Amino acid sequence: MLEVRKEYFADERDDNLKEIGKGTQRQDMLGHVTGASTYFNDHKLQGMLHLKVLRSEQPHARLRRIDLTEAERSPGVRRIIRGQDVPRNLNTLLSLINFGIDDEPTLAVDKVRYLGEPIVAVVADTPREAYEAMAKIRVDYEPLPTVFDVEEALKPGAPVVNETYPKNTFTYHERYDHQNLRFGDIERGFAEADHIIEHRYQMSPIEHATTETNGSIAAPDTNGRYIVYTSTQALFFSLDTCAKILDVPSNTFHFVGGTVGGGFGGKVDTLTEPLSILAAMLTGRPVRYVLGREEEMQFASPRGAERIYLKDGVRRDGRIVARKVRAYTDSGAYTRLSSYGVVKCVAHLPGPYTIPNVHGEVFCVFTNRTPATAMRGFGVTAMDFAIECQMDRLAEVVGMDPMEFRILNAYRDGDMKAHRREAKGTALIECVQVAAEKAKWPIREEFRRMSSRQGARAPAAPREERIVIAPARAPASPEPARAYEPPRPAPAPPPQPAPAHGATRFSSVFGARRR
Amino acid sequence: MMIPLQFRHNGRDVALFVDGATNLLTALREQLGDTTPKFGCGQGGCGACTVLIDGASHLSCLTLAASVEGRSVETLESLKDGPRLHPLQKAFMDHFAAQCGYCTPGMLMAAKALLDRNPNPTRTQVVEAISGNICRCTGYEAIIEAVLDAAQQHRASA
Repeated sequence: MLEVRKEYFADERDDNLKEIGKGTQRQDMLGHVTGASTYFNDHKLQGMLHLKVLRSEQPHARLRRIDLTEAERSPGVRRIIRGQDVPRNLNTLLSLINFGIDDEPTLAVDKVRYLGEPIVAVVADTPREAYEAMAKIRVDYEPLPTVFDVEEALKPGAPVVNETYPKNTFTYHERYDHQNLRFGDIERGFAEADHIIEHRYQMSPIEHATTETNGSIAAPDTNGRYIVYTSTQALFFSLDTCAKILDVPSNTFHFVGGTVGGGFGGKVDTLTEPLSILAAMLTGRPVRYVLGREEEMQFASPRGAERIYLKDGVRRDGRIVARKVRAYTDSGAYTRLSSYGVVKCVAHLPGPYTIPNVHGEVFCVFTNRTPATAMRGFGVTAMDFAIECQMDRLAEVVGMDPMEFRILNAYRDGDMKAHRREAKGTALIECVQVAAEKAKWPIREEFRRMSSRQGARAPAAPREERIVIAPARAPASPEPARAYEPPRPAPAPPPQPAPAHGATRFSSVFGARRR
Repeated sequence: MMIPLQFRHNGRDVALFVDGATNLLTALREQLGDTTPKFGCGQGGCGACTVLIDGASHLSCLTLAASVEGRSVETLESLKDGPRLHPLQKAFMDHFAAQCGYCTPGMLMAAKALLDRNPNPTRTQVVEAISGNICRCTGYEAIIEAVLDAAQQHRASA
């Protein structure tokens, strides 16, 4: 059960916590255990049609000809939908917040860019009739050279995956081919280091594998509106995306959802709703489009793979003085949410540690793989995996205990982070201490007494003038938790002039828009 | 070709016509309107469609509907007795053994099949009984605890 250590908040709040630390019943639990919870696919509507999608059998190919003659005559077929039938057949998810260029068609028109890309949708009376008609469609592919490796994709002469981004990288702020982070002087940092280690980390794509596959049911409603039962995790986001793709006002739709059979980030992509609604518009009937398990695995986005190179300089006394990061997120053939994952990745560097010299560059790369998307801390988790593996290796190089090594390098309140924001509310040291205690991992007394609180050690980096620093709060306990001094204070990087738009560039997608 | 089919569904006799290729999951959900068994994979990999046939747990997506002729099929719909929850349902609530809830119908039926034939299972037997049911949210621990607790509650009340 959850354990609350109230002493950490003693100076922030003195009230008794009413809910935290206690179990609270979920409001939907009774529905779950009785089977009464209604998922999108539990709706059965009168006269419902079924939509199935013909998918690319090639990872990269020009579509020379699509022959529908036989399929159109197949029994039970009500409508066959092609790219030309989609009102705005190009979209990128984050265009709703002005981030990125429309790069992904609902149905491929002239080219396919990954195995499983939707080409044609068949609407029929039964799923079986839709499959039978689909088997009669003839697609004439002209295979194109493929690229599946992020670094190969960036080389000159690599096949262009997505013509919207001819350099195979997402373009930030209309001109940058990657996200940058510069803090201190990386070369000087390496010059001061006693040891330098460099390693390559590769994480594979990960499928969310929700037990409920993506899907939706759309039906004509009264007043020319459409009711849409959907598995989406992002109800209003999906609604607005459909309004854009179908070129109608968003009040055309009544989206019903919220009971999602597992999401984990894999149900924010609005994969099925545009086609099920379009089919309902074209046939005047309710239409169901639900992914099978194979489609879920191949077409629905995974967590994108990341390749990470970490080069760290560490002093003999255990202080990390330089961290250089070069990383590539494999976005697959389209952007979906990877561009944002990269922003988060860079915003997370160099991990929860105070390092005076940091140099980061992270690329959002297009390849002929299944487009990637959000999944539980995407952009951050893979980098954490690399950083924490590297921390163990660094601790070994300097002969330190890995827990003590993390405590020594952890950021403290008041430290300047590489993004020129003051660290606040930090608690890594306390977390490591508790983890060590729980695991019965012996750490030395001086490390047990260290604290994240302000003044716990001299700031490692100068503060910039324009950042307002909150008044130091009084330490909670009079005990001299800050008694430990690191062997040598970390070298201060030279003060840097503030870039005109630096702060917002690293803040978030929303910050980027305001730039 | 449509085949006439009769079986017991949650204690009621039902009669319907099914296509020979129709699986039990589709017949239950689409024809009888019992949406408690869920579609997860259609290939016997996830257990979301688990139902009891003559008391034993089966994957309804891999069972041809025509094969249950004259047999008894139980789904989660029948687990509670009127407004009264089954001890398993109560224990799942108490132990927070569901998050998204999508695997829960299958989990509960797999657990019921176990407790019906073995009211005093060991932890290993519980793990084995639900090993065909995938849950992506809970990490299984809460589910195992709930099943063990339900078994104990059931014994105490008996």
